[in-house]
Amino acid sequence: MTNSILINNGRIIDPSQKMDSIGSLLIVNGRIAWVGDNNDKLPASDYGILDAKGLIICPGFIDMHCHLRQPGFEEKETISSGSRAAAKGGFTTICCMPNTNPPLDSQGMIDYIKVTATNEGATRVLPIGCISRARAGKELVEMGELAEAGVIGFSDDGEPVKSSRLMRQAMEYSLAFGLPIIEHCEDTLLSENGQMNEGIIATKLGLCGIPNAAEENIVSRDIALAELTGARLHVAHVSTRGSVELLRRAKEKDLNITAEVTPHHLTLTEDRVINYDTNAKVNPPLRTEKDVETLIAALKEGVIDIIVTDHAPHTDNDKLCEFALAPFGMSVFETAISSLLKLVHQKQIDIKLLISKLTAEPAKIIGNNFGKLGTLTVGETADITILNPDIEWVVDVNRFVSKGKNNPLNGEKFKGKVMATIHNGKFTYRDDSIKPRAKV
Amino acid sequence: MRTIQQEKRVSLDGKRGIPIDSVWQHKHILDLDDFTPAEIELVMQTTDAMHEILSRPIKKVPALRGKSLVTLFYEPSTRTRSSFDLAAKNLSADVINLAASTSSVLKGECLVDTLETLEALGTDIIIMRHPHSGSPYVAARHVKAHIINAGDGWHAHPTQALLDLYTIRQHKSKFKDLKVTIIGDIKHSRVARSNIWGLTKMGARVKLCCPFTLLPMGLDKSHGNFPDIEVEPNIDRALKGADVAMALRLQLERQQSGLLPSLREYTKMYQLTEEKLAHAKDDVIVLHPGPVNEDIEISSSVVHGPRSLINQQVKNGVAVRMALLYLLSGGTH
Repeated sequence: MTNSILINNGRIIDPSQKMDSIGSLLIVNGRIAWVGDNNDKLPASDYGILDAKGLIICPGFIDMHCHLRQPGFEEKETISSGSRAAAKGGFTTICCMPNTNPPLDSQGMIDYIKVTATNEGATRVLPIGCISRARAGKELVEMGELAEAGVIGFSDDGEPVKSSRLMRQAMEYSLAFGLPIIEHCEDTLLSENGQMNEGIIATKLGLCGIPNAAEENIVSRDIALAELTGARLHVAHVSTRGSVELLRRAKEKDLNITAEVTPHHLTLTEDRVINYDTNAKVNPPLRTEKDVETLIAALKEGVIDIIVTDHAPHTDNDKLCEFALAPFGMSVFETAISSLLKLVHQKQIDIKLLISKLTAEPAKIIGNNFGKLGTLTVGETADITILNPDIEWVVDVNRFVSKGKNNPLNGEKFKGKVMATIHNGKFTYRDDSIKPRAKV
Repeated sequence: MRTIQQEKRVSLDGKRGIPIDSVWQHKHILDLDDFTPAEIELVMQTTDAMHEILSRPIKKVPALRGKSLVTLFYEPSTRTRSSFDLAAKNLSADVINLAASTSSVLKGECLVDTLETLEALGTDIIIMRHPHSGSPYVAARHVKAHIINAGDGWHAHPTQALLDLYTIRQHKSKFKDLKVTIIGDIKHSRVARSNIWGLTKMGARVKLCCPFTLLPMGLDKSHGNFPDIEVEPNIDRALKGADVAMALRLQLERQQSGLLPSLREYTKMYQLTEEKLAHAKDDVIVLHPGPVNEDIEISSSVVHGPRSLINQQVKNGVAVRMALLYLLSGGTH
């Protein structure tokens, strides 16, 4: 077999080209060489064939928000294990948050991530740099140098930038590099000691609640600062209906603001915490049915631009403890697309919209500094995800590639999963049932 | 064929009691939210039987002989712990008392490891108090022993609520439509939460009275997840027509954390006094889970007055806990 492979006769969905048709796609030497519906016109004669009948062929997914834990927390995840888990989840580009130890606040650290990812990664790994040195919220990182080193934006994720003045300075200073400030919006005075969504479930469980207002306060502040400075603001993991309302108004003013939402905030509610399931402990917390409905509507409306995983792996021991002592976060690379496809099967969102929020839309936010991402355009790098939207499977965290087994969906039945992922023309994940054959 | 002798019954006095098997469904006692009214009634009746034992000159029966029981306390406690200790000893169990302050917990041992150690030692029943809500649920999922929650964070204190119910039952003819007013720091109170479950399950009408900073969220609407209760911030109105007034301990640090402007104002507005009790029914009874801050949440004169059942509650605590240990262990003797 040569370096060529034909993905034959699938449903090709590429929102970047407004494409949705049955056809085939030829990869030659790591690039997309041809896309069409008539194999007689193929520009090559020697290639392997992957039969994609009944499958969806789309651009490789882009995750603009995940935690790979390396360096510092390699027992939870590494760039190698995390990127392989991402590949299994259909991702070909992932952006890692800088809350490592040491944090990604210097050129040397960014280089370390890039080198490690090149050597060991199964996906493209694009680092996000800190906003403040050591994520301490006191002074800015050397943004210019980090921009040059190849970060896609700046964030102190895990923590908000508490000082409004520092946030203003970060926004102003970042303007010169055209990169977004990605904010974890949380008023930590309002969320202090909080373990889950504030409301009747927290009351029943005797857990300290985190009110919606804790998020909305900082969303509101940051929108005001974005308006003041003209900077690019990207609001991380939106979880409340109030935030959606604030974002809608900001977007009506044509501010330079984008926003993201996670699969779990789109599909799960605070009820998951009943029985003190520490795997359902996540920040921002799972909210209510009303919030979930509003988030789905906001995704359709475009108020929320993209879907990110916020993959946050932890060890079993981290989570096997008192609820209040358990860390926040879920390991979701390997369930993200399946839980999102549930929304498609329930006819809450369209498959094309879903794919767009995982491909073309995040590509727009990241820009073209790293090549043209999130597209099946001929001539571009072959980053491709192949889905079977109808296959049924049951989540078994023990079969996760990720080191983090902390996922509240264990044992749940889903319809639809990733069958294969191709990055730079090579398989980075392939379901056992997918076997390319030689052309006869 | 089943004979009466084979049936498990509460029959310590040799008389025919109520059958346990058909009513009692609990392996653990974590909270009252999953108790049926019939189970609560069974606890009450079993407690009656235990009272009889406590009135004997030798207060000891062999019901738990050969069983080992550990009290695992991560928080200080006088009455709950000594009450469980006594209850277990009266039933002839072997008791080990573990306090976090004198155990490997101080060396950083995590909860699950401690529980596994107790399991390896062959512990049958673990009685657990913990500052974090939900910790007994971790224990119940993780070890084979029976777990009794002796208070977890803000969440639950089911044995306290059961002894409160028992104390009320000694003085009131029925729970149905009984008006119970709970006054004080509801938000941080496991006693209030468990009492809300227990009382409402038995048909009582619960009213909460506190400043809104001490009220948990979400009670304004009707939910499937929590009983419907009334909230009345004015203590005079809250006590109007009450059959039972229950004052809760105010942790003095609540004022420091900004939830109250001053203890002075709290005392003035929410202290349970003779004057405020005048709004309640003439035969109102007064409960407090203890320890009491006299003249903060409740006046000295009420604590020591004729309506106060505070010492009665402590006394009933032993009998209720004997009943629960007996029921948990299968009630076979």
